[in-house]
Amino acid sequence: MTVATKERKLTIARAMAEAIAQEMRVDERVFVMGEDIGPLGGVFGNTRGLHEEFGSERVRDTPISETAFMGAAVGAASDGMRPIVELMFVDFFGVCFDAIYNLMAKNTYFSGGEVQVPVVLMTSTGGGYSDAGQHSQCLHATFAHLPGMKVVAPSNAYDAKGLMTAAIRDNNPVIFMFHKALQGMGWLGTEKDAIVHVPEESYEVPIGKAAVVREGNDLTIVGITSGVHHGLKAARQLAERGISAEVIDLRALVPLDRATVIESVRKTGRLIVVDEDYQSYGVSSEIICSVAEQGVPLKAAPQRVAYPDIPIPFTPPMEQWALPNADKIVAAYELMEKHS
Amino acid sequence: MRDIVFKTEIALTRYLSADGKPLDTLPPWCSAAEPLTTYYRWMVLARQFDQKAIALQRTGQLGTYASSLGAEAIDVVTGHLMTPADVLVPYYRNHALQMIRGTPMHDILLYWGGDERGNSGAAMGRDLPNAVPIATQTLHAAGAAAALKYRHQPHAVVCLCGDGATSKGDFAEALNLAGVWHLPLVMIVNNNQWAISVPRHMQCAAPTLAQKALAAGIPAEQVDGNDAIALHEVIEHALVRARSGKGPSLIEALSYRLSDHTTADDASRYRAPEKLKEAWQNDPIRRLRHYLLDQGLWDDAQERACLDEAQNRVQSAVEQYLATPPEPVECMFEYLYAERPEQLSGQIDSARIRGGGSA
Ligand SMILES: Cc1ncc(C[n+]2csc(CCOP(=O)(O)OP(=O)(O)O)c2C)c(N)n1
Ligand SMILES: [Mg+2]
Repeated sequence: MTVATKERKLTIARAMAEAIAQEMRVDERVFVMGEDIGPLGGVFGNTRGLHEEFGSERVRDTPISETAFMGAAVGAASDGMRPIVELMFVDFFGVCFDAIYNLMAKNTYFSGGEVQVPVVLMTSTGGGYSDAGQHSQCLHATFAHLPGMKVVAPSNAYDAKGLMTAAIRDNNPVIFMFHKALQGMGWLGTEKDAIVHVPEESYEVPIGKAAVVREGNDLTIVGITSGVHHGLKAARQLAERGISAEVIDLRALVPLDRATVIESVRKTGRLIVVDEDYQSYGVSSEIICSVAEQGVPLKAAPQRVAYPDIPIPFTPPMEQWALPNADKIVAAYELMEKHS
Repeated sequence: MRDIVFKTEIALTRYLSADGKPLDTLPPWCSAAEPLTTYYRWMVLARQFDQKAIALQRTGQLGTYASSLGAEAIDVVTGHLMTPADVLVPYYRNHALQMIRGTPMHDILLYWGGDERGNSGAAMGRDLPNAVPIATQTLHAAGAAAALKYRHQPHAVVCLCGDGATSKGDFAEALNLAGVWHLPLVMIVNNNQWAISVPRHMQCAAPTLAQKALAAGIPAEQVDGNDAIALHEVIEHALVRARSGKGPSLIEALSYRLSDHTTADDASRYRAPEKLKEAWQNDPIRRLRHYLLDQGLWDDAQERACLDEAQNRVQSAVEQYLATPPEPVECMFEYLYAERPEQLSGQIDSARIRGGGSA
């Protein structure tokens, strides 16, 4: 049986812009703010076309005043709007974090549930294209650690569109992290597998539901954004040796879909977590801990392939040496087997 | 009764027309070859360096690079007026200024090529390294100025930033601190009319950026940033004030970003080509050359020799840069703490074991 659907391959950048445009068309409360998101269309392309369609009132280039526009987003959202704000690089959260973790994240709680703060904070993460230690971080755990915000991070354009739509409609603040190497902008080192078919009509991908993107029986590889693609590549390498790896794309860090991970590890008995964020106190420890807490029987000690606890170097050989990749996942599997 | 309790004006200093013709009586020092020919030579060198750096980036031999095209006069004049004991707090476009402060040209290339040794500051004395998050350096500058004052040292801190940076809370807070603490700080805003794709008028509704300092009780003025003579007068005045305990000042230097924002940008996507063409009329190098030629302080033979020398210097710096052996990749674990904690060793090993190899 063949279904005659036309392939409509989009980059994550295009998929994000499409989701935003579709919500803006049906919901007047939605507007976008950030640096260079207007006529330029965002330095990572995810607001292209929005300024032309919706104009400067709803697609606002801001001054370089992160404290101002992040705080303003909290205020506007509390007053019934649905702002989407872009923090150009997640690395710059430091200049405006109070508005994020103390106010945006807590005002619902502080108002006894009365005030809702439906902000979407979209921000770029990740390295691999030589942009140094203040432009290349992921900081997944930093945001996921702090209560009150949902945190999503797609690995492909289909999820990007669906998660963005869900994020805009969500009544909570949602941090939408997009990895630069998956954006489909050539100069950032494009990951082809992130460019997938995206339906034209609007749809939601539920926030807090992981996806099993490859099924397997011997090993569970858990990742998010770039980690998923490394995991898929490693799984293909392992398949050549007859090892069948299951790959899980978390898609969201908050809420975290522990059940899907635990179910998979119950089946495989082996776990590797891939994360481009700093290794210690991170997503990788949270996942491994979640499995351990449930007493899931393991055939080998779980492993993590994460970024070491050092700043990200500017120079490509050093950066590539330190970043997670498929080979390191395979090596982690070998280590696991040697010690088991 | 209604009294005016505060009133002010912002001056704009300019001595030369775009074609290098005096618009006013020039300061007496302008009739001598020095320092103007030195300024000129350095501006030519700065531009040669810039062109070469972009060429290196385009051929994969340098990382993302921020051009200083159009800002040469600001850098060069500031660099020459600072004393070695003054402290520079730069931003990412001050290559020539850092060279004048003593950073070897090949170190600057090393830095933009991703080798942290290029930023080690060995040659820079107490100057601070580049701060990448916008405007954060303005606060560091206030701190450095407070340190000078605390130690009773009669020197100045010079801090540079862009027009976009003045929209940051950091900038306002730095000025406020400098004002109340009466700090020896000279804040120079390179107003090059753009912050990536966002034009100056979208950063701030006030007619000048200089006036932001007035709210902090700091004297401020504008200067034509393409006019080396005007820059010299205004910056010198501010430095003397700072060094002699008279407090901070702010200088808004009006320039134009003749380049893309960085090598990762393509300004033709948001900037009309006519605007750029028009801005080239104000090229700081052309303006000073016309003046020097008109005054008989410069001739064609000197021009050729100057260009040759600049190209040779740049070429040998590039050769030295390209010949510098890279450090072993593991060195990135060494820099993070004053001494590497034993616990990090395990991560070096695991990075190596897991296919990192020993590149
Ligand atoms: C806190 C922060 N926000 C955003 C950025 C991204 N960014 C880098 S340069 C730049 C524009 C800076 O413009 P301006 O201050 O005018 O300096 P110019 O580059 O024009 O010299 C922006 C927004 C950043 N580096 N830091
Ligand atoms: Mg600027």
